[in-house]
Amino acid sequence: MDIKKVTSVVKKKKADFPESLIHEITDASERHELKAKELELLVDEIKKEYERAGVENGEAVGTVAAQSVGEPGTQMTMRTFHYAGVAELNVTLGLPRLIEIVDARKKISTPTMTIYFEENYGTDEEFVRKIANQIGKIVFNDVLKDFNVNYADMSMTVEIDEEKVKEKRLEYDSIIAKIEKAFKKVVINKNLLSFEPTISESKHAIRELRLLADKVHDLQISGVKNIGKVVISKEDVEWVIHTEGSNLGAVLKMEGVDKTRTTTNDIHEIEKILGIEAARNSIIHEAQSTMEEQGLTVDVRHIMLVADMMTSDGTVKSIGRHGISGEKASVLARASFEETGKHLLRASIRGEIDYLTGIIENIIIGQPIPLGTGSVGVIMKARD
Amino acid sequence: MQGILKKISQINFGLLSPENIRKMSVTKIVTPDTYDEDGYPIEAGLMDPRLGVIDPGLRCRSCGSKGGDCQGHFGHINLARPVIHVGFADTIHKILRSTCSNCGRVLLTESEIAEYKEKIGTKHQNEESINDIVKEIYTVARRDKCPHCDEDKEEIKIDKPVSIVEGNYKLTSSEVRERLEKVNEDDYILMGINPDVAKPEWMVLTVLPVPPVTVRPSITLETGERSEDDLTHKLVDILRINQRLKENMEAGAPQLIVEDLWELLQYHVTTYFDNEASGVPPARHRSGRPLKTLAQRLKGKEGRFRSNLSGKRVNFSARTVISPDPNISINEVGVPEMIAKEVTVPVYVTDWNMEDMKEHIENGPEIHPGANYVIRPDERKIRVYDETKESILEKLEPGYVVERHLMDGDIVLFNRQPSLHRMSMMAHEVKVLPYKTFRLNLCVCPPYNADFDGDEMNMHVFQTEESRAEAKSLMRVQEHILSPRFGGPIIGGIHDHISGAYLLTREGSEFEEDYVYQMIKKSNLPFPEPKNKPWTGKEVFSLLLPDDLNMVYRAEICRKCDECLRQECKNDAYVVIEDGQLISGAIDEKAFGAFSGKILDSIVKDYGTDKAREFLDSATKLAISGIMKRGFTTSTADEEIPQEAKERIEELLNMAEKRVEQLIEAYHNDELEALPGRSLRETLEMKIMQVLGESRDKSGEIAESYFGMDNHAVIMALTGARGSMLNLTQIAACVGQQSVRGGRIERGYSKRTLPHFKEGELGAKASGFVHSSYKEGLDPLEFFFHAMGGREGLVDTAIRTAQSGYMQRRLVNALQDLSVQTDGTVRDNRGIIIQSKYGEDGVDPAKSDYGKVADIDRMIEEMRIKSKAK
Repeated sequence: MDIKKVTSVVKKKKADFPESLIHEITDASERHELKAKELELLVDEIKKEYERAGVENGEAVGTVAAQSVGEPGTQMTMRTFHYAGVAELNVTLGLPRLIEIVDARKKISTPTMTIYFEENYGTDEEFVRKIANQIGKIVFNDVLKDFNVNYADMSMTVEIDEEKVKEKRLEYDSIIAKIEKAFKKVVINKNLLSFEPTISESKHAIRELRLLADKVHDLQISGVKNIGKVVISKEDVEWVIHTEGSNLGAVLKMEGVDKTRTTTNDIHEIEKILGIEAARNSIIHEAQSTMEEQGLTVDVRHIMLVADMMTSDGTVKSIGRHGISGEKASVLARASFEETGKHLLRASIRGEIDYLTGIIENIIIGQPIPLGTGSVGVIMKARD
Repeated sequence: MQGILKKISQINFGLLSPENIRKMSVTKIVTPDTYDEDGYPIEAGLMDPRLGVIDPGLRCRSCGSKGGDCQGHFGHINLARPVIHVGFADTIHKILRSTCSNCGRVLLTESEIAEYKEKIGTKHQNEESINDIVKEIYTVARRDKCPHCDEDKEEIKIDKPVSIVEGNYKLTSSEVRERLEKVNEDDYILMGINPDVAKPEWMVLTVLPVPPVTVRPSITLETGERSEDDLTHKLVDILRINQRLKENMEAGAPQLIVEDLWELLQYHVTTYFDNEASGVPPARHRSGRPLKTLAQRLKGKEGRFRSNLSGKRVNFSARTVISPDPNISINEVGVPEMIAKEVTVPVYVTDWNMEDMKEHIENGPEIHPGANYVIRPDERKIRVYDETKESILEKLEPGYVVERHLMDGDIVLFNRQPSLHRMSMMAHEVKVLPYKTFRLNLCVCPPYNADFDGDEMNMHVFQTEESRAEAKSLMRVQEHILSPRFGGPIIGGIHDHISGAYLLTREGSEFEEDYVYQMIKKSNLPFPEPKNKPWTGKEVFSLLLPDDLNMVYRAEICRKCDECLRQECKNDAYVVIEDGQLISGAIDEKAFGAFSGKILDSIVKDYGTDKAREFLDSATKLAISGIMKRGFTTSTADEEIPQEAKERIEELLNMAEKRVEQLIEAYHNDELEALPGRSLRETLEMKIMQVLGESRDKSGEIAESYFGMDNHAVIMALTGARGSMLNLTQIAACVGQQSVRGGRIERGYSKRTLPHFKEGELGAKASGFVHSSYKEGLDPLEFFFHAMGGREGLVDTAIRTAQSGYMQRRLVNALQDLSVQTDGTVRDNRGIIIQSKYGEDGVDPAKSDYGKVADIDRMIEEMRIKSKAK
């Protein structure tokens, strides 16, 4: 039974099913090899169930979603480091991660990217390793065999290890080019390089030498900005790169990278590069995986509502006084949340009017809430 | 409750002008003295009787109402010199910076002014806030020359909280006021000031309103002394300095002294408004405690908003310790008689309940079901006493309201704090019982997260018919069996219910017919036909199930063997229910447990909440009868393993420790191969953790192989009643590796964990691997490491509750205005669409099947079975 057939049956029965449901029905009909008559009966049954399970008008959906996402928080661990999935990287998990997501933090504690490759490239280990070494941060020290600092005659010599250069699939010449660009006084003799510090008159010559030594030691010779350690692992049949640090913009431009699957856990980056809808999906995905990892089940719809609320204005806003709660229209609502004095004083000079349409305001003045039972009024029909 | 109820439609905010303050005041306050020697309040002093009365018995002079009714009246103080209002100091600074001191216009060009005014106009139309535009204007208007009158502008800085400094010269408050008066009215809106309700010069105070006596009441201590409120103390300070300033100015004192006094007056007024203003030392009591002035009264968790407005203490509530009662329904709560006689329910007297009400009044306040008060139509409340009973009974007629005691069947709201989700507050039916605790059915403990180690819970009694009706139809416990968090049941059997059900229905359990009838009677089930032979447990359980229930699933005790024997399962784990009869399989957590009860789930969804409640009540009672007949206990003998097993476990652990030693040697000899991306040390740690973890698991498996289903602790672990096989492993075989911050124990002493070890020791024991089992007992070192690991857990929990509580508060605050509208969209209170269809499919998670609309596979199977039966 293909999806067109199912759609036509659904339309015939005048059932207003969402797409996901139609897909489910199609899958199930293929699994069980349904006949046409059975499909019709099934659609009837599902239509009944769908109508029974609908959300009611006036339902305080926001509060229920907030509670459903917030309540399992007490059951989540605070312990942030646990080698999640890839046993080599530290990723923030549990409650601290959820708080990061909900706060829309610009700088997260463990940004990480997962890079997938296209069809033919993904199975080629060599290629993936090469890209990994291109992306991952490699410092000069990683390709050195010998590193000598001679304080007596104020000089420094290093020896490049050709083996290591080959191992890391780097270009020898590009390394030399970078060195020459970074340091002025360098003498190159095949694999041996010697550096001379700019000796100023001051007695801090030794410190100068030390600083130069550190600079040479930590010079980055390969890697994309913001990306640190890189790890390759095999998932099913293809090779996948996990990185510490995130730079989606640069990575997506690289050849061979599967732009449809490569992702990062930094939501602001996704918003910047891929747009607000992608950011919304990323929020949902991150929150879900955080909860799942802890073993908690929370229905997607609640997380979707939180994500939609955070992104409804076109940018990712945080939950809290700098984001959604601080931009409410009602003075009383803002004042009773945080920063009481500031909101009241500002309201007085702006001459703000609080129309009392929200929940907190009505609780403060003691009137029924405009939600649920309070969203309907009773009118009496005159007797005539 | 007569009369028309007014509805507040909006609240407007604005600034008070000095004229307004003088107009609304009842008297000018001049003297700093409060009371005279006789204890009477002084005229024109702070406690002037025209400002209001707090003493019940005295009458207010300004409005003539009695003690409790008068809300108080404002007074005013004429300040000798203007004083800047500390809350507006920043705004004043920004205004002075953005306007010209000569012509008073804002320092923007005409085109800029027009552009900004238009932007502000559109924002007003869209009902958005103009804060960003105003901020921009402030930054742009920091120019050096006025574009309108070509005057130069000097830099204006703000010093400490309230001093405005121009260049090097400190502006006095009068000068500030003059400059603010100069500002052009057309430019007000550009600086965020609404000209209809505020003028910038009003931000510098010339008149100070004095709050009524009711706002700052005095307290009479036990010693008889009158202690004044903090605000009164502050006002006294202000008045004193004001007086001195006035005298000094009139007497022509030198500049310096006048300025000093002026500054002091400014300080007092600043701390009067906000005692925690930055840059100003807080005013303190003689005892050293800082005063609590106006800003502190409003802010924070204990302030007006959060503690008196958004949440209040209420009447008609009760709180005591809870205790379990398996014999009441899940919908009910056992209320102690003492409480039932104290909290009342108001009932309108009508022709139809007159007799009943008369009986209640006859019983009086002491005998339970009685009445405490009677309210006459003129709203006078009469207390019911034995003496007054007669007269009340005579006068009783429709239109009176009788406040009667709480009776069986009344609906109340029951709640346990912290109320993290809506199931923490549910409606229960009252059942009045003796003794002094609230009684709760055990199944309803998970949603409240209540245990009986001393927890207290709150009860609220509804006062109006509407609220009672709402609670009865929406908030009863049975409506909340399915949780909105994931669409599955959250109320169900726990602990003994599950082990009892297992013992009842497992293969081989048989009961004599007379005991079966006793069980049926206890569960309130209808009596079946006698069989005249012993019943199996499965047959007894089948009496609970509705006749058209068909289900197949694997129970919790399923061992997940590679080849499932289905109905021939040795563990009796393949549950088949056909037409309401339990054909095979034992009942345990998967049947009607709190989080995974499948049978409970389908009964709620197919037959409704009433049936589900009956099922749950009967099932739990049946399970308890089952366990009572057979008896159930546990002891340390349950974790006893034979010597042979102990030897095997010992061998296994020794091997593991040897392996760890090998790894450490390899590490020291540089033979260890590092994992990609990790240092050698990290690799070593990971490998050691792996080896030790495996050894604990394997030793657990060895111990498990010697446990059978006749072991009660095992029954509890496998059926999901309480505990897990890990607990048994730790008691019988080996406790395992303790961990702090995700890794083995590392810190403690210098370069090692404890001084008992050598420096740099990395062995299993030295880093917290507990070799012994709980039964064997831990040696002192192991005990210490176990304490470290355990302590981390406790600290974790403490921090976690605070952080997650704050997150939940923020989430609830941000999302609370969202609701589903009649067109299916989710909008907030401004009408902005957040989702065009709730959850993209319009399905309520509480009514869904674990997230999906329906379990399509099951539907297809059932459909096919039904058509085959035809």
